[in-house]
Amino acid sequence: MKRVKRRYLALQLESEGLPSEREFMDSIWASVTRLYGEVGASLTGLSLINFDGERKIYVVRTSLVSFPMLRASLAAVTSVASKGASMHILAVSGTLKALYTNVG
Amino acid sequence: MSRAFADLHLRINPKDQQTAQRLISKAARFGYHYISVPFTSGLQETEVAVFKANCTQVGLDFVLRADFKPRTQEDLIRFLRKFRRSFEVICVVCDSKEVARQAAKDRRVDLLNFPSLDYHKRFFDRAEAELASCSLAGMEVDIKPLLVLEGPARVRLLSSLRREVAIALEFHVPIVISSYVGEESLMRLPRDLASLAYLFGLDEAQALDAVSTNPAAIVLRNREKLSSNFVAPGISVVREGKPV
Repeated sequence: MKRVKRRYLALQLESEGLPSEREFMDSIWASVTRLYGEVGASLTGLSLINFDGERKIYVVRTSLVSFPMLRASLAAVTSVASKGASMHILAVSGTLKALYTNVG
Repeated sequence: MSRAFADLHLRINPKDQQTAQRLISKAARFGYHYISVPFTSGLQETEVAVFKANCTQVGLDFVLRADFKPRTQEDLIRFLRKFRRSFEVICVVCDSKEVARQAAKDRRVDLLNFPSLDYHKRFFDRAEAELASCSLAGMEVDIKPLLVLEGPARVRLLSSLRREVAIALEFHVPIVISSYVGEESLMRLPRDLASLAYLFGLDEAQALDAVSTNPAAIVLRNREKLSSNFVAPGISVVREGKPV
């Protein structure tokens, strides 16, 4: 079976307060589902890897083929846990090591 | 070479200085190079001066832009005659077919904007694109409706945008992506703004051009035309000799 290539994304959350990991991921799933439906969302292979609550930086993983879909969905997020919010992609990388080097 | 990103359609109330300052600072932090706030009722010198000063302070290039929503062709021609030389970018908000066609064929118009969500009131078809491609006018796509709309309304808008973008690409009409936001929470990084274009069929390079190369080309072309050294497209005064 062909190995699935992945991309790691460092996301900066801008929102009032600090949402829980669950609320954060739910907002991304909701956005992907709204734009691409449940089948599309299931193809993203999205998962939360790490998060830094102090700097509000989250690291998520997705499959390379669905990266453009996820990128558009992240830009379309306007709220997290019913509060106005936006997510900005700080860095994208194929390995976690390179991602952490880029983000600092 | 790094790209100079542009957001030529920020919706800032010039009278609300605090919000304006916050949005301008955020645009600079996000890495934009050019920003613009449309003026709809002529040139307000004091407001322009304040915007320019605020932008210069944070390292942004403020572009003078006028938006006009004419009711008839005559209205549009009158407006262009009066204001073309006062603004760096002229955008025509097309609300009728008559106006859309006139705007597309007039070389003084830089951007065509179709704000209506109604499929029947969006006039960017093949005929419009052909006229626009001859006159160098670009098609502006505002991203805000994609962020705030949900459900069937967003589906219809995406469908219209996908069709219009395909036509624009076929006729080589430059596409300009702008945010049209007035709230901080809806502002996006230039690359995130470009990524939303994936939803209506632009690939990564085309989307990045739509937030950098295409708007920058319009601004630079018009600045050259408005400069006192401009003679004709491609011809400018380099140096004036002494009379013999």
